[in-house]
Amino acid sequence: MLLLPSKASTLLASRRSLLTGSGRAVLSATAVGLLVGCTAKAGTMQTADTSKSDVDILNTALALEYEGIAAYQVGAESGLLQPPVLKLAVGFQSDHKQHAEALAKAITKLGGMPVQSKTAAEYNFPTSTLKNQTDVLRFAAGLEEGAVNAYAGAIPLFGDKTLAGAGASILGSESMHWAILRYALGDQPPTVAFVGQAY
Amino acid sequence: MLKHSVGRLALAFLLIAGAGPARAEGDVVKGEQIYHRCQGCHSIDRNRIGPMHKGLFGRPAGSVPGFDYSAAMKNSGIVWSATTLDLFLQGPRQMVPGTKMTFVGVPKAQDRADLIAYLEVATKP
Repeated sequence: MLLLPSKASTLLASRRSLLTGSGRAVLSATAVGLLVGCTAKAGTMQTADTSKSDVDILNTALALEYEGIAAYQVGAESGLLQPPVLKLAVGFQSDHKQHAEALAKAITKLGGMPVQSKTAAEYNFPTSTLKNQTDVLRFAAGLEEGAVNAYAGAIPLFGDKTLAGAGASILGSESMHWAILRYALGDQPPTVAFVGQAY
Repeated sequence: MLKHSVGRLALAFLLIAGAGPARAEGDVVKGEQIYHRCQGCHSIDRNRIGPMHKGLFGRPAGSVPGFDYSAAMKNSGIVWSATTLDLFLQGPRQMVPGTKMTFVGVPKAQDRADLIAYLEVATKP
């Protein structure tokens, strides 16, 4: 259900404590620890082929994180977000920055070259379609859902199980972002038991 | 290298034969839901982490302007069709080792059929 902006505003205000309080993702710190820990082992436990493959996966994840950071920046600078929602968006962006920092460090420690972020123009976001707060939230929710699916589709490919665990930790964080954004939009909770691949 | 060769041989066989194994009928609506798995990296209309999908069918792999492909994808010799997509989506990194696409694949035949049915509609130029 897509709420009218005025109704959404009321709903969002009533959910302020959730959105700015305990609902904020905290798994990013765990992910950082896992990624830093795993890279210490990676050089001795992995073959060159699996390390190269793992670097490719980490770089895809890093590119996703950079895209998310840029998207939240667009939302934050749009002037369309009410203060509590802006605070939420900046908080989620901070999580993505922490994910990106950890991923870049892990790639470097594995001997890879981290991908670079693009300019806002290069991302070519559909900014002309963002007319109100609901549009921004729906755009962000779509990106978070996409990121969750991307991690779900990439984690089985990791050669290093510790990296897979770290990826799952980030997936958990971004699943929470997605769920909270859906809640803010007044969407129905997901009615499927599995996200991404159906088993 | 061996996996790469096997994948290309299988692809060449399918292309020479003119058709792959019989595929299930696809459901466009279900396929749109399955496409959510792709939308972390892909969009229909713009290049992102992965290349845009508009104009996918009949396009040589690795040919979308402005997208930085792996050498493996550019040199794969694949032309995208329902048959080649069905093969690729079973295991992208098995069929094209070295691809940047870090996705495990879509193992269920019916899911692939639904996804391909959706792509046939949604990616028309």
